[in-house]
Amino acid sequence: MAKHETPMLDQLESGPWPSFVSDIKAEAESRAKNEKGLDYQIPQDCCDDLLGVLELSYKHGRTHWKHGGIVGVFGYGGGVIGRYCDQPEMFPAVAHFHTMRVNQPSGKFYSTKFLGDLLDIWELRGSGLTNMHGSTGDIVFLGTTTPQLEEVFFDLTHKLDTDLGGSGSNLRTPSCCIGQARCEFACYDTQAICHYMTNEYQDELHRPAFPYKFKFKFDGCPNCCVASIARSDISYIGTWRDDIRIDQEAVKAYIGGEIPPNAGAHAGRDWGPFDIHKEVIDICPTGCMRMDGDKLEINTPECTRCMHCINVMPKALRIGNDRGCSILCGAKAPILDGAQMASLLIPFIKVEEPYDELKEKVIEPIWDWWMEEGKNRERLGELIKRQGFQKLLDVTGIKAIPQHVAEPRSNPYIFWKEEEVPGGWKRDINEFRKYHQR
Amino acid sequence: MEKEEVKKIIVETLKKKKGKTKFYLKDYYKMIPDMKARQVKNIVNEMVKEEILEYWSSGSTTLIGLKGAGKAHATEEGE
Repeated sequence: MAKHETPMLDQLESGPWPSFVSDIKAEAESRAKNEKGLDYQIPQDCCDDLLGVLELSYKHGRTHWKHGGIVGVFGYGGGVIGRYCDQPEMFPAVAHFHTMRVNQPSGKFYSTKFLGDLLDIWELRGSGLTNMHGSTGDIVFLGTTTPQLEEVFFDLTHKLDTDLGGSGSNLRTPSCCIGQARCEFACYDTQAICHYMTNEYQDELHRPAFPYKFKFKFDGCPNCCVASIARSDISYIGTWRDDIRIDQEAVKAYIGGEIPPNAGAHAGRDWGPFDIHKEVIDICPTGCMRMDGDKLEINTPECTRCMHCINVMPKALRIGNDRGCSILCGAKAPILDGAQMASLLIPFIKVEEPYDELKEKVIEPIWDWWMEEGKNRERLGELIKRQGFQKLLDVTGIKAIPQHVAEPRSNPYIFWKEEEVPGGWKRDINEFRKYHQR
Repeated sequence: MEKEEVKKIIVETLKKKKGKTKFYLKDYYKMIPDMKARQVKNIVNEMVKEEILEYWSSGSTTLIGLKGAGKAHATEEGE
């Protein structure tokens, strides 16, 4: 029998979708039975008390959780978020119920053995409940007590060869799409650079150095499967410089209905025969495509790599061969000043190990500027907005180019620097006086 | 400035503060205005390792204070 009556939570189980309430109940039952005979290191009934406190929150219409504290593992400033219940007498098993973030493998590739090993640690030393995955991509362990933090950390690092993720004013766990491991659209090896940057910037990941959080995300192509353009302070989006490769025979096969569009993704309904004009050419955002007879033509300089035509006809159209990535900066969620999408900083850069150009010319100058000028709890995107995109170009030493312009100039003032003006500010007064009277 | 001298200034400045016990990293930069931010950051993190200072994290932001000073758990506004 359940420890707490939970009528409102029970109602959440009645829908057709999977329910987190059912999941918590299943774990509560499993812990009560303890078929593996584990020596649980945190209260066996923590999942029951978790359900109880959640029911109370629904009843009161407000949370009974507090967050934050000094909890963590020695030497690390992130990876653990203190959680405390404000009704510890009613729900003693979740009085201290801290969250741990575990660095996910690049591309979220893991074997079932690795998952099983993670859960072996967590069932013994935590609640057994996880969140796969947190919004930064981490494997999130939900609920343990302070004495278990070092134990879990030891097991993760020594037995599973993995590490805690980022939290607080740190570099957050870098995340990437599945990339070249499975996807033919990937323009660079997202997993390689994600893994490299995670190792390279360990200090920034674990020891707070910044005014606020900072995120890297690596997308292999502009489909942006990890939403780097919307969610990361520095977004790396795969792209190419040359032409989209066209297989004209396959184009004909799509037009003739021999190959289903979108790789058959819309097969559940009858959408009628494929119409290349209606579904591709006429809705190209830059109008860079046309049919010359039965031949498809793409005017590459006009193409913005939106990916739509490639997504619709993946057998006929392929990404170009001269590949790299675009770098965009300043995306963030709407806590201050509204949500912001990232702004383009570098239209194309080759992505090659050891990534020196990226580190020395982009990442580190941006960090130096933000650490110096950023206000407490100010994201990079807000600093760019406050001091201007021009300042970002200054600190990175990147020359302004038309791709940096989002809209026609709305600010009528132009301030030139001396080095930008031929001859600078100094002039020969005698030469000037030859043509201009006093 | 010598590292030990910086550490001394940080501890003395923190001890003099009244009310608040935890501070943003940027507040530490202001304590040592002549030193580069990155160097101060490294010293502050070293002081955490030496258990002179400790981190306090809300989950999204990190504050740093003298070890043992103030409340260790989450607090509500006004407490």
